Amino acid sequence: MIVKQTNQKAWFMVLPVFLVVAFSAIIPLMTVVNYSVQDTFGNNQFFWVGMDWFKDLIHSERFHSAFLRQLMFSGIILLIEIPLGIVIALAMPKKGWGVPVCLISMALPLLIPWNVVGTIWQIFGRVDIGLLGHTLASLGINYNYTQDPIAAWITIIIMDVWHWTSLVVLLAYAGLCSIPDAYYQAAKIDGASRLSVFRYIQLPKMQRVLLIAILLRFMDSFMIYTEPFVITGGGPGNSTTFMSIDLVKMAIGQFDLGPAAAMSLVYFLVILLLCWVFYTVMSNIGEESSNGGA
Amino acid sequence: MQLELRNLCKKVGKEFHISDVSLTFAAGSLNILLGPTLAGKTSLMRLMAGLDRPTSGTIHVDDRDVTGVPVQKRHVAMVYQQFINYPNLTVFENIASPLRIAGVATAEIKERVAKVAALLKLEKMLGRLPQELSGGQQQRTALARALVKGAELVLLDEPLANLDYKLREELREELPRIFSATGSIFVYATTEPSEALLLGGNTASLHQGRVTQFGKTIEVFTRPHNLITAQTLSDPPLNLLPVTKLNNRMLYKSHVEVPLLGPLPHLPDDDYTIAFRPHHLFLHRNSDKAIAVNAKVAVTEITGSESYVHLDVAGVRWVLLARGIHHIDINETIEIFLDPDKFYVYDRNDTLVVTPEAVTGA
Amino acid sequence: MAKVTLKEIAHSYSGFSENPDDYALKKLDLTWRDGGAYALLGPSGCGKTTLLNIISGLLTPTKGQVLFNDQDVTRLPTEQRNIAQIFQFPVIYDTMTVFQNLAFPLKNRGRTKEEIEPRVIELAKMLGLEKDLYTKAQHLTADAKQKISLGRGLIRQSVNAILFDEPLTVIDPQLKWELRSQLKFLHKKFGFTMIYVTHDQTEALTFADEVIVMYEGEIVQVGTPEALFERPEHTFVGYFIGSPGMNIVPCRLQGHRATIDGHEIVLSQSYENIPVDARIEIGVRPEYLRLAPPNSEGEGLPVQIIKVDDIGRYKIVRVGLNERIFNVVMTELSGMTGDTARLLFDIDHTNIYVNAQLITGEKR
Repeated sequence: MIVKQTNQKAWFMVLPVFLVVAFSAIIPLMTVVNYSVQDTFGNNQFFWVGMDWFKDLIHSERFHSAFLRQLMFSGIILLIEIPLGIVIALAMPKKGWGVPVCLISMALPLLIPWNVVGTIWQIFGRVDIGLLGHTLASLGINYNYTQDPIAAWITIIIMDVWHWTSLVVLLAYAGLCSIPDAYYQAAKIDGASRLSVFRYIQLPKMQRVLLIAILLRFMDSFMIYTEPFVITGGGPGNSTTFMSIDLVKMAIGQFDLGPAAAMSLVYFLVILLLCWVFYTVMSNIGEESSNGGA
Repeated sequence: MQLELRNLCKKVGKEFHISDVSLTFAAGSLNILLGPTLAGKTSLMRLMAGLDRPTSGTIHVDDRDVTGVPVQKRHVAMVYQQFINYPNLTVFENIASPLRIAGVATAEIKERVAKVAALLKLEKMLGRLPQELSGGQQQRTALARALVKGAELVLLDEPLANLDYKLREELREELPRIFSATGSIFVYATTEPSEALLLGGNTASLHQGRVTQFGKTIEVFTRPHNLITAQTLSDPPLNLLPVTKLNNRMLYKSHVEVPLLGPLPHLPDDDYTIAFRPHHLFLHRNSDKAIAVNAKVAVTEITGSESYVHLDVAGVRWVLLARGIHHIDINETIEIFLDPDKFYVYDRNDTLVVTPEAVTGA
Repeated sequence: MAKVTLKEIAHSYSGFSENPDDYALKKLDLTWRDGGAYALLGPSGCGKTTLLNIISGLLTPTKGQVLFNDQDVTRLPTEQRNIAQIFQFPVIYDTMTVFQNLAFPLKNRGRTKEEIEPRVIELAKMLGLEKDLYTKAQHLTADAKQKISLGRGLIRQSVNAILFDEPLTVIDPQLKWELRSQLKFLHKKFGFTMIYVTHDQTEALTFADEVIVMYEGEIVQVGTPEALFERPEHTFVGYFIGSPGMNIVPCRLQGHRATIDGHEIVLSQSYENIPVDARIEIGVRPEYLRLAPPNSEGEGLPVQIIKVDDIGRYKIVRVGLNERIFNVVMTELSGMTGDTARLLFDIDHTNIYVNAQLITGEKR
């Protein structure tokens, strides 16, 4: 028989963290679950409705449009930010004084508080006092993000690209720096074109890092709240009402706790599912490359 | 202290990195784990150290079961292939670090560090930082740090592999002296058979997670019990000849005849593999028993004093090692000579049935 | 294939400097004929990799010129020098199959599919890769990957030179044999100019027609493996080549008699005009020493047997005379009982070094 003398003391170190997580995450989560299966008329009177809210939600037109809007937004964001981030990372120098300069300027947008970002762009885009809005108006372009849904979308997208592409840049740059020089030398000797070097050396070696970047950007864009709320408040109409904004409107604006709780649970499960998919794909890629390495 | 491994297995995912390994190491012994990369040497050492837990099997120190004991409690030291030293500590501090952690008195630290530094010829480097040292000196520092705490078990994972060839030779010459100065059990992993032979001690030959043979190094070399062990211990590679004996005739590939000389007549009818070393293949007939074979030269390699002739013999590749310089051209057909007295013969179950005569007396 | 000439090359990593200590490579001149196999052999830090990088174009030398077929390529970047380089670790394109990896250099130079396919298949057969031709390259073992790297260098028919930077570092000893002999075979077959950098003397000696031994940025000796073994011109070469290296022991010299710690050895040559305060050493390889039982009268040096290492093929016997240590290589130790013996020198293979340089005397 194996006498297991493993040290159990480590569990005690985890306990405080466990308690904190329990208080700030698990218990609130359970509260939400609680709300999602009940209805209230205020005055703390609750009665059980079971799966009703969920059924309503699945058939709700409002939920569908918010969800689709959200997906489109995240999709566009990823399509712009990932390639753009890679291109910028490729252009950044690897050695010399340019490196800290570039890294710091890339990091700056990431440091700004999110509602300040929203405010900056809100003012920037205003036709009367904003630099961008005024310039566009004087060029004759009809740009008004408070009234035109397309203009609103474009403004929010550009703001997000400005705010978050740096994250992709920094991650991609780190991935690029880990490629040994010998690969570039070998490519030169093989007479490979710049495009081939990118396609066959840089992109494959950046795979894991890019997957992390995609995962992070997807999750953040899916949850986006502060910046669009500050700029457009969800308008014009509900053209920029993304999922979080819709959720808050329902929960706090309308005080419909039940449907809001149901929606946040569905929201939570969708993100969980997508994260699991990403995780599985990432660990498969990790396994493949470690099997290939001698 | 005696270290005993009983039926150790380590499964990772679906693969067995270690399969049913049982070994006993006596106090003060030097034990070499020899095998190619991925044979399981590092996995086995990690199990011995307590860095990993075995899937099944037990580890005993002096008959005490220590399988579940974590590595901090096990009096183990480890030296790695990459020279691992604390980069911002001097050589003295690097060597002293395990003693400081154990709370040893300063005066005693000074004395013990001085002793180990003298053993490893580092006395003049004590004030320097690791990056100011050469590769060999950095590895000596790592080794000194491993030895200073007087651990009962010292594990070395291919410690000389990242050193220049000549530095490797120098350090390797000193290792047996250093090892016998302490009384610990040393376990040394390597991929090179010549290193095992130069270090002496005992050798465990590993192949795909199993130990194929364990014993005194020179004995494992001269009397390998199975073909895999013989091949693991051979550098240059062993020459092989698969044959079948039937009705008093020995045939290779069912039509090439092999004369029944030396030990061959006494074998019962069956399939066998004949193995012999490159320096037991000759360019000239040196005895009446020599078997002559025609071979085509694939390529000749000349070191300063010896020649390696790579030959193709009826579809098999052999290496002949001859003293002196022999420039033989590619595709030239020459006559080479085998000495049946130097054959190792393995039967169809891979067991040794014949050893060279000169060896059997040993 | 090209003749490679290095004219007055010197290199300092801190740029042009008057201080000779700043130079990683001291001034050197070399000419390598078209189609030869050469090895740059030396310990870490001797400058061999620096020299290789100067030839390949990764480094521009502080001084001097590099010529391919008498054409100055010193300022040309790597891709225009038409060379191939194989590195310490396998460099392959992970996303491509073995076939695509080997075809890549030809594809980039605009060769058609009909031209590429037969060449790739032929080369794969020679390298033993034909079974894995359509497998993704990243799934293969280290030695297979290194063969792919090698293949990419050989696939082009007209390279000026193929440069190897310690290519067998990650390969297991068993497989090193196969790769080495394959390299040699490919050299004989294709006749490329091949330059091989290593610190392993076996690799250098088996591969090269001519070996350049380097130490601390300078060339110490250039010669065939045989010449380096028999007549090392510098004690460093004697020490570095051979395992174990040459025994080098201080002695006193008078005409044709050498004296080691009062014991005399009669040499095959006579040496005159030795500077008075020079350092005189006798150098003899372990293969050219013999031990005889201690009672052999008068011959050789009386020594103590310190240690015997049996490495299977032969034995290395360490013997000592007072403080002087000698290594002796012997296949048999019959007749050696006890721990003393007499050390006999093969005087035809015994060299004399003055201030670490080999000197030749008058044959007697």
